Amino acid sequence: MTIVEQMPTSTRGRWLTLSGVALAWVAAYWVNGWLWDRFLYDGLGMTPTDRLTETLHFFLYDTIKIGLMLVGIIFIVTVLRSYMSIERTCAMLGGKREGVGNVMAAGLGVITPFCSCSAVPAFIGFVAAGVPIGVTLSFLIASPLVNEIAIGMLFTLFGWQVTALYIAAGLIIAIVAGWTLGRLGVQRWVEPFVFETKLGGQVIDSTAGLTFDQRIQMGVEEVGTILRKIWPYLLVGIGLGAAIHGWAPADFFTQYAGPGNAFGVLVAVGIGIPLYSNAAGVMPLVQALHDKGLPMGTLLAFMMSVVALSLPEMILLRRVLKPQLLAAFVAVVGTGIVAVGYLFNLILA
Amino acid sequence: MIIKVLGPGCANCKNLERVTRETVDALGLDASIEKVEDYPTIAGYGVMSTPALVVDEKVVVSGRVPRPAELRELLSGHAPALPS
Repeated sequence: MTIVEQMPTSTRGRWLTLSGVALAWVAAYWVNGWLWDRFLYDGLGMTPTDRLTETLHFFLYDTIKIGLMLVGIIFIVTVLRSYMSIERTCAMLGGKREGVGNVMAAGLGVITPFCSCSAVPAFIGFVAAGVPIGVTLSFLIASPLVNEIAIGMLFTLFGWQVTALYIAAGLIIAIVAGWTLGRLGVQRWVEPFVFETKLGGQVIDSTAGLTFDQRIQMGVEEVGTILRKIWPYLLVGIGLGAAIHGWAPADFFTQYAGPGNAFGVLVAVGIGIPLYSNAAGVMPLVQALHDKGLPMGTLLAFMMSVVALSLPEMILLRRVLKPQLLAAFVAVVGTGIVAVGYLFNLILA
Repeated sequence: MIIKVLGPGCANCKNLERVTRETVDALGLDASIEKVEDYPTIAGYGVMSTPALVVDEKVVVSGRVPRPAELRELLSGHAPALPS
């Protein structure tokens, strides 16, 4: 039994159900803070200004809030994205020159539905379709870097300016890094079998013939899949955020990575690259650190380094890229993120 | 009928293999089910989003796990069920 099969069959009924779910979502989001206030202060008789209460409140409130945000964002983004597909993106990029191609690839990387588990067949498909390596890399960098979950959460937590800067910075990193790597003549560092593989038969567009019901169903399933995968990261992230919020001395972080420390961004990116989490898990941490006075540029650089460069993705890409190219990939993207961090600290200061 | 499940071993690839086996059993189809994990072969079918389902060398689904009802339709439309 699928969710969609349980919904009313008439078009009007479907829309009513969707609106009902949307209303319930808004109500839950609205009542979240009030509910925990009543529960902790009135129900358990805890003192609002107490450190433990504050930490606990932050944790409970943020868990529900971020959970709700994720459900909403993932559902909407998945349904919208189902009108694009990696195959269509590939066809659009085929035969494009470098430069224009890099810009297009970065933009398409943001809106194309793409799972890093498909990185290898997609890479082979791009190369076979005549997409230059540097352009393909722009796509592969932009796809995790400019993350739709991060966009939604940054917008709700920090407003549109920070969100716009984040999107622009991510696109510029993807464009410049892909272009640079293409200029380095990295073809020789791609595993030879990639060039030998010929695409047989017709390329199947994975999302073209779907019905609206199937797209809704995909959205519902994607919410479940992602939440099942990331909830441990999420809880750890929110837990750390809550601990920092309640217990870290006000000047603890600013002392090491604050505006006064010239190496702040470097330190943040150095910590972020080996850390493997996702945008949703990092965001509560970013929020708590921001409250403690860390500059936004440093925090965005930290978040980007966590989501853009991860060990599991590197292991996958190793199947098609030789170690030299992987190293260059990490170095170029890492440098871009550091540069963006310093730039933002200047702009937002 | 020869059914191939294309996928390097991600969670959804395993899901697709499982529902395919269940559907084949439920329909009583005479089919061999093969798992293809090798990247060049996967890409050779023109598949860029895994998992994908290939029936008699034709890609019928790519990039998602179809619901059981859809899968039943896909598979039963391809070959008549064996007389039991």
